[in-house]
Amino acid sequence: MREIQAADIIEAVAKMCVKGNTELPQDVRNKFEQAMAEETSDSAKEVLRQLLENADLSMETKLPLCQDCGLAVFFVEAGDECKVVGGNLRELINEGVRKGYDEGFLRKSACDPLSRANTGDGTPAIVHFDMVPGDKLKISYMAKGGGAENMSRVTMLAPAQGWEGIKKFVIERVAEAGPNPCPPTILGIGIGGTFEHAAKIAKKSLLRKLDDTHPDPAVAAMEKELEEAVNSLGIGPMGLGGKTTVLGIKITMEPCHLASLPLAVNVQCHSQRHEEVVL
Amino acid sequence: MAEYKLNTPLTDEDIVQLKAGDVVFLTGTIHSARDAAHKKLFELLDAGKELPFDLEGSAIYYVGPSPAPPGRPIGSAGPTTSYRMDTYAPRLHSLGMKASIGKGKRSDEVKDAMKEYKGVYFGATGGAGALLSNSIVESTVIAFDELGPEAIRAMKVKDFPLLVINDCHGGELYVKPNLEAAK
Repeated sequence: MREIQAADIIEAVAKMCVKGNTELPQDVRNKFEQAMAEETSDSAKEVLRQLLENADLSMETKLPLCQDCGLAVFFVEAGDECKVVGGNLRELINEGVRKGYDEGFLRKSACDPLSRANTGDGTPAIVHFDMVPGDKLKISYMAKGGGAENMSRVTMLAPAQGWEGIKKFVIERVAEAGPNPCPPTILGIGIGGTFEHAAKIAKKSLLRKLDDTHPDPAVAAMEKELEEAVNSLGIGPMGLGGKTTVLGIKITMEPCHLASLPLAVNVQCHSQRHEEVVL
Repeated sequence: MAEYKLNTPLTDEDIVQLKAGDVVFLTGTIHSARDAAHKKLFELLDAGKELPFDLEGSAIYYVGPSPAPPGRPIGSAGPTTSYRMDTYAPRLHSLGMKASIGKGKRSDEVKDAMKEYKGVYFGATGGAGALLSNSIVESTVIAFDELGPEAIRAMKVKDFPLLVINDCHGGELYVKPNLEAAK
């Protein structure tokens, strides 16, 4: 059994929180540049120019890209043959979040749902665990802002509605959200599973690189078709009009019940902040 | 699309000239308030108590900044989504608020209040919090410190870059999604 030390986990998580909030991933930056070349309206170009300048400034000053440093969401893939020594993994991740959000001057946005009292340290993190073969521990971090999360939805379609029903729901969701979630957005789409599983795989889809291609050609074609349809809505950067309403759509599809067609649309703002570490 | 340099407090004359799509560089003092602070402001209003700042000619910025690192007056400070403050904005406009600053759509009630009381809704670029913080030269918590990021701050701004989303004549900048094209 390979041993992984508690202190290493805390340190790695804290680092991901700070880096994730201050360094815009290269694939997102590339998409901004590509969109800027394709957009013809001045307002769309100006928004994208500001977002690139913001990313440069954030990198230079270590100010977070966005004041909403999100709820800290983690996907953990723990190898069967590794063992955490010196603490409970969930608690160690929370400790890393406390450290990273404090030392990085990140906004702590976790609060009681009714009293709205801030928990004060950015925790509890939302942690999804999975067991995988091997002796490695992979931890992925996502800073999930509230504005885009509020525009996300889960629905249970009837099987007869099929792909056309899925497309209609996604298009109408993006249209209804309009400028609210800070477009150009990224959509994580979960199709199948159960009510809660669809939401989880939708969120996990957001960890993919924007420039990757889904390994299943059929799903890759669905992503492309949906992306073209959504971009023809014309909402554009910050809702001011333009060709770029989404930077990408990432679909995860899994088997579901005979009676169901679960669908989750997880909306992510253009500030697509995520990091991963393998220990 | 015109470009204006305006100062706080804002006047009716400042507001009526603005049209959706105009660019405004705002200088002076604005106040931050978002969900929890609005709730508390309304509790004060309902109790007939004085508010922590003068609403007359005011501009309220829907923002919860990140903590200020050493050497800077404030952390990142971009707008939050405005619709959550829609239930509060009409009454504040009726009491003298001239402008709100945020991102995203407003309700018909807010748009009507802007027409009736000569108000404007400005958009700031969402997700450009680091960049926008460059236009904030000073920030002081003046009320509800216990709310942390949601406390009310008096922010001195210099040439804060804004876009008129809704003007007081019923004009709106946001585009209507083309559902036909997306079919």
